[in-house]
Amino acid sequence: MTQAFRTTSGGRIDRRKAINFTFNGQSYIGYEGDTLASALLANGVHLLGRSFKYHRPRGIVAAGAEEPNSMVQLGEGATTEPNIRATQISLYEGLTASSVNVWPNVEFDISAINGLFAKIMTAGFYNKTFMWPRSMWMKLYEPVIRRAAGWGKAPTQTDPDIYDHMHLHVEVMVVGGGPAGLMAALAAGRAGARVLLVDEQSEFGGSLLSKKRQIGAKDEAGWIADMAAELEAMPDVTLLSRSTAFGYYDHNYLCVLEQKTDHLPAAERKGKVRQRVWHIRAGQVVLATGAHERPLVFADNDRPGIMLAGSVQTYVNRYGVLPGKKMVLFTNNDAAYEAAIDLQAAGGDVVAIIDCRHEVSGELVDAARALDIEILAGYAITGTSGGKRVESVEVRAIQKGAKVYTSAARQIDCDLVAMSGGWSPVVHLFSQSQGQLEYDEEKVCFLPGKPRQAQQVAGALAGQFTLKECLAGGYKAGADAARATGFTPKRKPAAPEIEEPDLGGIEPFWIVPGSRPIGEGMAKHFVDLQNDTTAADIELAVREGFESVEHIKRYTLTGFGTDQGKTSNINALAILSGILDKPIPKVGTTTFRPPYTPVSYGALAGRNLGDWSDPVRVTSIHDWHVENGALFENVGQWKRPWYFPKAGETMHEALNRECLAVRNAVGVLDASTLGKIDIRGPDAAEFLNRIYTNAWAKLGIGRVRYGLMCHEDGMVFDDGTTARLAEDRFLMTTTTGGAASVLDWLEEYLQTEWPELKVYCTSVTEQWATVSIAGPKAGAVLKKLAPEMDLSHENFPFLSFKEGTVAGLKARVFRISFTGELSYEINVPWANGLALWEAVMAAGAEFDITPYGTESMHILRAEKGFIIVGQETDGTTTPQDLGMDWIVSKKKPDFIGKRSFTRSDTARPDRKQLVGLLTETPDDVLPEGAQLVFDPNVPKPIPMAGHVTSSYYSAALGRSIALALVKGGHGRKGQKIFAPLEGKTVTAEIVDPVLYDKEGERLNG
Amino acid sequence: MLNIDCPWCGKRHETEFHYGGEAHIARPEDPAKLEDTEWAEFLFMRTNTKGYFAERWLHSHGCRRWFNVIRNTVTHDIVGSYKMGEKPPKLPKRTGDAK
Ligand SMILES: [Zn+2]
Repeated sequence: MTQAFRTTSGGRIDRRKAINFTFNGQSYIGYEGDTLASALLANGVHLLGRSFKYHRPRGIVAAGAEEPNSMVQLGEGATTEPNIRATQISLYEGLTASSVNVWPNVEFDISAINGLFAKIMTAGFYNKTFMWPRSMWMKLYEPVIRRAAGWGKAPTQTDPDIYDHMHLHVEVMVVGGGPAGLMAALAAGRAGARVLLVDEQSEFGGSLLSKKRQIGAKDEAGWIADMAAELEAMPDVTLLSRSTAFGYYDHNYLCVLEQKTDHLPAAERKGKVRQRVWHIRAGQVVLATGAHERPLVFADNDRPGIMLAGSVQTYVNRYGVLPGKKMVLFTNNDAAYEAAIDLQAAGGDVVAIIDCRHEVSGELVDAARALDIEILAGYAITGTSGGKRVESVEVRAIQKGAKVYTSAARQIDCDLVAMSGGWSPVVHLFSQSQGQLEYDEEKVCFLPGKPRQAQQVAGALAGQFTLKECLAGGYKAGADAARATGFTPKRKPAAPEIEEPDLGGIEPFWIVPGSRPIGEGMAKHFVDLQNDTTAADIELAVREGFESVEHIKRYTLTGFGTDQGKTSNINALAILSGILDKPIPKVGTTTFRPPYTPVSYGALAGRNLGDWSDPVRVTSIHDWHVENGALFENVGQWKRPWYFPKAGETMHEALNRECLAVRNAVGVLDASTLGKIDIRGPDAAEFLNRIYTNAWAKLGIGRVRYGLMCHEDGMVFDDGTTARLAEDRFLMTTTTGGAASVLDWLEEYLQTEWPELKVYCTSVTEQWATVSIAGPKAGAVLKKLAPEMDLSHENFPFLSFKEGTVAGLKARVFRISFTGELSYEINVPWANGLALWEAVMAAGAEFDITPYGTESMHILRAEKGFIIVGQETDGTTTPQDLGMDWIVSKKKPDFIGKRSFTRSDTARPDRKQLVGLLTETPDDVLPEGAQLVFDPNVPKPIPMAGHVTSSYYSAALGRSIALALVKGGHGRKGQKIFAPLEGKTVTAEIVDPVLYDKEGERLNG
Repeated sequence: MLNIDCPWCGKRHETEFHYGGEAHIARPEDPAKLEDTEWAEFLFMRTNTKGYFAERWLHSHGCRRWFNVIRNTVTHDIVGSYKMGEKPPKLPKRTGDAK
């Protein structure tokens, strides 16, 4: 069987280029220009998958993005993609695809037994049945349901493809390359505007690709080619086919997915960008997104071989395929007759047209009659039969308004049912742009109302259903858009002579009863094919109390899934309107949200993957750390050495060694990542006075002070030391992670609250590399490197700094300490960091100088009870909570945070306050974050008393230590507190947070 | 994504900016003189305007300047932007959105 359903000629396929492909393990041949769907239909394959809930056989329904059924698993291995619509897959050599939601295979599917239980699997079935108990849901129900109801499989390997992003600014963006969109682009392009035209299909032309029309001297193909050629020749016009505008956001910002290589054989894709997301900012947007045909809702309207009439026409005219050879058309409008006429002309046989309108007349009706096609006016399809393909339909005369049709049934054999319930403009992007919809009773559809953004609408979207209207409407929209962006449109060209039939009228017919009331008997009236939602489900939802269309959607699943209800939404709400006896506009639509069609995560991520997902910042000494076996910790974007294990050492052993080296000899830390801000100007001291909680005006030049910053609510926000370099100049240090937000904070106050202060702030974090040496031998090491520097305690006291030469390098040396030991922080220009570090290592060799990382730094400072902002604080912690009242000025009339310290809440005695904890068992190291309670034996829920903020093993103290925030902690020293952990409860004593060298004698070495 | 008109740089994508909340809320001259409730009003209370709203923005990934914007919180229409200390532009007649 090779392409038995291919027509003998015609279509936009290249019959000289045969393409081999595989579906469900079977090899087939199609032609270049085919989609997977058209090639399968050419080979007589209609059964593509099984339905979501009932596992009923399903086939191809549509020919484009609106397709609800024919989702396939495309490709294999790392590049496999689940749930891709066969109607949108361009055929390429070697394509492989398979059905989804089938087990073991599409022909014989075990879960189809669900169909026998269909009576109980109504709306809300899963919610009602599997709600309780929760543990059963997690362990039993969900995995089983997922296997039974899952669609395709996500790839398990890393995506090897390349994706990228592009930004574009244009005056006029046109969405939709059908006749209206082409005319709009032409009008705007001729006016001289920068224009972008995007279309989701493989070529421009839109609906014209599916129809036979004469436009002036050209047929449809010739006209499209002429338009594309003129647009291509314009230098400021960008044309993107295979490109879907999937999101329309504020201020005419749109996102477009361009599929660049998905239509190519695997070998031709290598090294190329597979998909590109375009970010567009447009002055004006012309939406010409066309319309989607609606199915009719009748009994068992889901069998393979039941398709949309316009899609049948597309397969016949565009792809040269007969989706069937014996067709029945079921319609409520004239326009669908064209599908019957075209199929008959292409060699198919139309056995009957079932028209639910009692009176039919018009050009297309006459044309069908002239072909001797039987027209049954005032009739409806009330049932279908056939296993994996429709084989016949049951037809009855309609009694107007009846809930059940009792007239005599007639069976008509067929292998294809084309149906048309009218057309719904593709309002998705318009609605995303916040435009309101208006219901048009005559055209039986929602149309765009007043736009919310700088925007025009044209073509079928605007209710312009004839080609003549499309061409005129498209040109006007493009010209208006160009004019609105400052261009003068050229004179409108004379309208060409167009040959097209009169498309006649339409009568709404939202639900087709059968011989039994809807919901009774075995027949199902499907509304949403992808989610297996029936008209009876909507009725049930209303009976159970749901009325809002948004609730009905969620309860029945209508409109969810990969197609987002493109063919079902309007039918569902019209049926709802009938049940509620409310007019359609009163029922309203559900919200249209991006994306219009699914977009892969790979495309959204673009190049921002792996190392490129976030900047990585390293110090100028980083390479040395790597060579010397450091393990790293991420601090903000920085890579900081965490610790430096020696061969065979555990983390615990390495930390003990590093900490003891600092306490007993000397250690060295790369502190380059600390934030550094140069603050300059005559008002700099006054500014710091307002920013910090303590006093700064009298700080002498050459001196350094520790400061705490609060927000206006009195909560600690950052800390660090600041040195006075000159009368009008300070160097502030911040935490590594807080550097950017501190600079923002300073600039905000300077610009918005105190613009009268003459102060400038400059980030110099990456201008200065900082090497910190700490320990009793720190002075000896520095003496060797800076023999001319006076290191005496009188001339270089704690909290001061000197400028000078260290290891031959211009340096600033700060005598400050975060370890409690004698310590110097040597700053040199960034590029000299490594040279300084190596000099320090060489000079310190005789003292066995030991590099240490952030973990040892944390232990050493915790032994001293020094806080780390973000660890001991969490945005609800005041300086007083931390026991740091000493740094809060009582004299300054005002500074940021001061007023809040006397608020009733910040003055509460039972606030969480910083304390030290010593566990009863010295080897018990509490987990950081552990919750604490005062009495573990009271009934649950036990009142929380606080939590552990830092916890380590201290080699210097030979036991575990912890810091914690405890309610009323400052008044509880000596009391017991408990940490209920999994399997055991740890007892600890509340103590002062300073646990090592309480007198601070070690600061002087 | 908003297209925000920085008074120094011109129109730029929203991703270049940081939002700074309601505009024209000056830090009190002498906080010590305020009652707790007055201080709490300054600290915590902001209007939740439906319609045209004066708000602060920072061009953080650009010129790093703070400025004010009048934006309709319903439609996201931006009427204009102005520098700190400048007078806001005239609002369109209808100051809210009927809907
Ligand atoms: Zn700017």
